[in-house]
Amino acid sequence: MTEPPATPKDRADEKLIMDSGDIARALTRIAHEIVERNKGVQDVALVGIRTGGVHLAHRLVKRIHIIEGAQVPIGELDITLYRDDLALLKNQPVLRKTSVPFDLADKVVVLVDDVLFTGRTIRAAMDGLMDLGRPGEIQLAVLIDRGHRQLPIKATYIGKNLPTSREEKVQVLLEEYGEDDRVVISKP
Amino acid sequence: MGLKRKDLLSLAPLSVDEIALILDTADSFKEVTGREIKKVPALRGKTVVNLFFEPSTRTRTSFELAAKRLSADVINFAQSSSSVVKGETLLDTARNIEAMQADIIVLRHSSAGAAETLARGVRSAVINAGDGWHEHPTQALLDLYTIRERGLRFEGLRVAIVGDVSHSRVARSNIYALTKLGAEVRLIGPATMMPLDIRQLGVQVYYNMDEGLRGVNVIMMLRLQLERQGRALFPTIREYARLYGLTAERVKLADAGAIVMHPGPINRGVEIAPDVADSLSSVILDQVANGVAVRMGILYLMSGAG
Repeated sequence: MTEPPATPKDRADEKLIMDSGDIARALTRIAHEIVERNKGVQDVALVGIRTGGVHLAHRLVKRIHIIEGAQVPIGELDITLYRDDLALLKNQPVLRKTSVPFDLADKVVVLVDDVLFTGRTIRAAMDGLMDLGRPGEIQLAVLIDRGHRQLPIKATYIGKNLPTSREEKVQVLLEEYGEDDRVVISKP
Repeated sequence: MGLKRKDLLSLAPLSVDEIALILDTADSFKEVTGREIKKVPALRGKTVVNLFFEPSTRTRTSFELAAKRLSADVINFAQSSSSVVKGETLLDTARNIEAMQADIIVLRHSSAGAAETLARGVRSAVINAGDGWHEHPTQALLDLYTIRERGLRFEGLRVAIVGDVSHSRVARSNIYALTKLGAEVRLIGPATMMPLDIRQLGVQVYYNMDEGLRGVNVIMMLRLQLERQGRALFPTIREYARLYGLTAERVKLADAGAIVMHPGPINRGVEIAPDVADSLSSVILDQVANGVAVRMGILYLMSGAG
């Protein structure tokens, strides 16, 4: 889960990884893969992880609608209460609302996030999801997989594999934040 | 932005943004309390101590439930079973509790300022669950949450608080918060139950209930503390009920969509008529339900590593 970014100050150090066309094509491919892997979208539901994942999930739902003509249920998950570093933070992070307005039982839930990094966010998201019900299956769709996993977690659908060093910062900037769609990487 | 406070003692010093943060956080927990599994792991490994020197079922249970739903460990100290009866001071009791590594102490005490004294003496976060006639911040916050949940906006909202304002910490906390948020606060009650200088808080005072209720959006009834009867604040309970009891007729004087609130426990037929307490405009049980969500929000915000 990346925070909705403030406008980056040091644009000079930024390297463009994906532009808006790249992002659109990657999402279209992922939408097709979701439909293909699940042989339609009968039992499929999308759950976006706040904040970036929610926007991407909405975009995927639109694409799946175009491909299959079906409206896939969509939910929004705030993983704050399930973070493994809550007790270590000085100030408690601001909570946002979780809203999963459908029954998870036997659903194929596709978790959606912008960047997959250590895997800790996904662990928290899976725990959060399990408290809401018992999905039949959980899959994971991410726009960027930047490596450096600290938990044995693997994405089902990946927009782009991006080799990074641990110190680098990957930002997925979206129109929903008032930015041009793009993915950038910057050195600290 | 987090809540950058060690303690929650009073609503007087809180900013509008801080109040909004607490209400928004409570909103997230309202979703949790609506789930089939009403528990999240946010406060795992934290210890919350309920230190209650005054009898209270509602507030203590509400805090206990809130802490448990956050996965904290909860210990309850009640007046009768504590060593206070053996002559220990408040601070000594608290320091002993702190030595057991309590992260948050929830204090109810009959003396105004007790929570502040405690907060200065211990490193644990202190939440005031009512101190004498001073304040009861979590009750006011759950009142605000309930008002907001009903779709009412605070700016320009007309709120009548009816009853024994002098002896009500609930009234005081609500006055501080509501005036800050831009509401128009009217206090209604007999002169014997109205502090002389209360107008300084930016409120209007009415001794006639019918006049005061005209056009209000929220009617907040205070509990008549029957145990105070005999201190010559009013001649008889029957007379009080006639002059300041909320009846269905009187509700009609308020705005058509007005809501009726009460911090409980209610004295049916004294400050509130049974049919009003059970009417559609009554949000008394919503207040109780929201109390848990609001206290979860407060415990969450106060549980930072500091």
